[in-house]
Amino acid sequence: MAHPPLTDAELIDRYGPHLNVAPPGGWNAGIEVDRVVDTHCCFCGQQCGIKLKVHDNEVVGFEPWYDFPFNEGKLCPKGVKRYLQGSHPDRVMYPMERDETAPGGFRRVSWDHALDRVVSEIRRIQDAYGPDSFAMLSGVSLTNEKSYLIGKFARLALGTANLDYNGRYCMVSAGAGNKKALGIDRASNPWSDIPLADVVWTAGTNIAETFPITTSYIWKARDRGARLIVQDPRVVPHARTADLFLPVRPGTDSALFGAVLHELIRHDWLDHDFIDAHTNDFDQAAAAVAEMTPAWAADITGVPKARIEQAAEWWGTAATGMLLHARGIEQQSKGVDNVLGAINLGLATGKFGKPGCGVTTITGQGNGQGGREHGHKCDQLPGNRDITNPEHRAHVASVWGCDVDEIPGKGIPALEIIEAIHSGEIKGLLSICFNPLVSSPDANFTREALDRLEFYSVIDFFVSESGHHADIILPGSLHEEDEGTSTSGEGRIIKINAAVEPPGEARRDWEILVDLADRLGSGHYFPYTDTHQIFEELRLASAGGTADYRGATWERIEAEYGLFWPIPEEGHPGTPRLYEGGRFYHPDGRAKFHAVPYRLPGEVVDDDYPVWLTTGRVVSQYLSGTQTRRIAALVAQYPEPLCEMHPQLAEHIGVADGDLVTVTSRRGTITLPAHVVATIRPDTVFIPYHWPGDKAANQLTQRVVDPTSKMPEFKVSAVRVEPAGGRVTTTDGRDFDLQDGTT
Amino acid sequence: MRADVRYGIDDSPVFVIDQSRCIGCEACVQACMECGTHRGQSLIHLERIDRAATTQTAPMVCMHCEDPTCAQVCPADAIKQTEGGIVQSALKPRCIGCSNCVLACPFGVPKYMAEIDQMMKCDMCTDRTSEGLKPMCASVCPSEALWYGTIDEVRENRTGSLLRDFMFGRQEVRTKVYTVVDDLAAGPIDVMRGQAASWLDDPFELESGGT
Repeated sequence: MAHPPLTDAELIDRYGPHLNVAPPGGWNAGIEVDRVVDTHCCFCGQQCGIKLKVHDNEVVGFEPWYDFPFNEGKLCPKGVKRYLQGSHPDRVMYPMERDETAPGGFRRVSWDHALDRVVSEIRRIQDAYGPDSFAMLSGVSLTNEKSYLIGKFARLALGTANLDYNGRYCMVSAGAGNKKALGIDRASNPWSDIPLADVVWTAGTNIAETFPITTSYIWKARDRGARLIVQDPRVVPHARTADLFLPVRPGTDSALFGAVLHELIRHDWLDHDFIDAHTNDFDQAAAAVAEMTPAWAADITGVPKARIEQAAEWWGTAATGMLLHARGIEQQSKGVDNVLGAINLGLATGKFGKPGCGVTTITGQGNGQGGREHGHKCDQLPGNRDITNPEHRAHVASVWGCDVDEIPGKGIPALEIIEAIHSGEIKGLLSICFNPLVSSPDANFTREALDRLEFYSVIDFFVSESGHHADIILPGSLHEEDEGTSTSGEGRIIKINAAVEPPGEARRDWEILVDLADRLGSGHYFPYTDTHQIFEELRLASAGGTADYRGATWERIEAEYGLFWPIPEEGHPGTPRLYEGGRFYHPDGRAKFHAVPYRLPGEVVDDDYPVWLTTGRVVSQYLSGTQTRRIAALVAQYPEPLCEMHPQLAEHIGVADGDLVTVTSRRGTITLPAHVVATIRPDTVFIPYHWPGDKAANQLTQRVVDPTSKMPEFKVSAVRVEPAGGRVTTTDGRDFDLQDGTT
Repeated sequence: MRADVRYGIDDSPVFVIDQSRCIGCEACVQACMECGTHRGQSLIHLERIDRAATTQTAPMVCMHCEDPTCAQVCPADAIKQTEGGIVQSALKPRCIGCSNCVLACPFGVPKYMAEIDQMMKCDMCTDRTSEGLKPMCASVCPSEALWYGTIDEVRENRTGSLLRDFMFGRQEVRTKVYTVVDDLAAGPIDVMRGQAASWLDDPFELESGGT
């Protein structure tokens, strides 16, 4: 049984998060540097270049990497402090097995014991309940090599169809929309196109806090005179300088895009030549927006009619323009609709395949782009191939040297895996780089599910909150402890270099998986002795797929500061900008408009739950916080979740800044301080989601998903907000200082 | 900036603060803490102007005044300038920890560090700039609100006018660090005239009843 062996408090006391305050030896230690390693940040999809300073197998500091063209030395606070995740007191140094009688609830075991136990449980569960009763969950902080390896491991060694990844909670709506409309799933442009745009439109993306480096690209566009349009329920920091702010009500983005297309058509701000030559189905898209007037959309979205008309005019009449979108429009039950609605605006005005023109997602996770291409999605094989397509299966089987029937069929997506665990269909789970207890919607449900597992093993470097439920914890590697490639949000394949060796008995993730495969009797499929061999196989497996890495070599990736796929043969220059000459990736070379009728989000406000809730991130924390909640300087910047609300709402419910409020949805409840700011819609509250347990915003969110992408609706819930009584004060009785977010 | 192309003396690089570009991320604060000469202690100030009303933030490094007020008021003559005009932290043997400089600085820059009984302040990363490298904060700043480069690079790549003359009451202050304003040629800002209407006055159109 995968119930935590001790209470949360006891487990946190033993395994953290504890705070790493200073580098090895302390701040005042003279910093000795043996080596400086050029690599990249381990956090978001920007994948900024950074140099890590190394002394005695420890990362002791960083230096800006001015040469790397994407960020030219720039970093956000997470990047600056990323090195402090190394040499951390919470680091898992040896394999552990759940043991209620052991101090800390887990006892130290040998690697042989741990791996044998995992293998015997896999066998027992699969023999009793069938191969798909054992699932695997993966994540896209992992390199391309690991993502590829996990796809192959789950299918050939574990023999399960049920593998999925945490990009299911991040980029899948964009991916599904891109494939439907454009025939390929990648950013439309290199970021160097942003400054060339005459209009920059950001939709559902808090760039300053989640993709800080992108700010400089937008400012460069503004220096050239570009207009900035910001679509968001909050006046996020970069919105402050916007020429036009579209304060959209959560869950109504597709109505806004529909009305803008309506206006483009009504004023004939269309690129007819482009539409005729390079697209299909414009008429269907046009018919769907025939009644979507700005007045209609103003009522639904809360965006003033005049601003919708203005946005349409600027977008429709500008020679160049880029629309950048992220989780705000994607993490909805209409995520794919929203993405298709945005793409329709680009296609209608011919804003694709030209300098300064594109409609693109800003990929969220570190390897969110590459990790969604090479086969650890439930429906996917390497090269962004379809696991149900016989030709695609045959190609991959030929590279893997297996019979095509050995590759299982399509599995179920991440949230359905959690639900199948809850319902008892899935009995065993191996996870790596995934902390579902914090990141999945409806956290109370997730906890119940994990409790019901007959066996759960995690590969991780820290014991995350989900790891509390594990039977076996296998100590894996940090980003800086292994080499490989990742693919940034631009579609740029970059090289990750190892700075240090895994400490203690920790091992590189790929070595653990190869060892497990060997013990499962599939070692012949995994003959790797280093990471480079995995990449060479990935190149072959991806060849001919849409995400074609055939021509990319590690040598060129390093020498040229990254390569943009598709790169179908060696010597190919790569493809920084997609769709040049109006060539799209559907078989007929055309893009496809989609009809996007408006529909309601999965839950709407009512008398009992009258306030919209939307969730998101803060700049100093990353995703489920497994790494960033362990770094003191980042925690100090924003220690705990706050409930952002407008003064009107605060007055209505009778609370002031710093008063505790209880936020209740149909799933759960959370009590936290009110942060009263005039920068959010009065009908909406915002809570960041990086924290576990009773501070988890995901206690409130719902398990409604997009019908195509299976993305949960993190961005729209109906809640009730009430005074909880009391205020947050420090131990010495001073008021909690919400200005600084600190005590 | 390429690492193999460092700024030389003839380049005369300048430090520019453009508050309008700041996104409040605190990368500068975190990076300042990593500086080799005062590791663990950030000397940058990042001000939240009025978070209840706006996300506007303002990073503040030392402006490195030509005739620094902090040095003028120091009773121990502990605050010195380099030949390049960089105003340094108080000299440890001389600093008496009186905090005159902290109170007098028109920009609010010096910090009195009780643990070491000494005033510390931004020295524009002398350890880096002396080797032709950008200061740490201007290296990492994701939005280029804090920026270091040549005047030519400013003209080529950035908008706004550079300002370095200030009046504090009757005190004239000229600084080494530049601040960016929209248009210097426009003359003094008439604060009584008010500003052109902007959506920022009413982002959600609550007053006009739009939403």
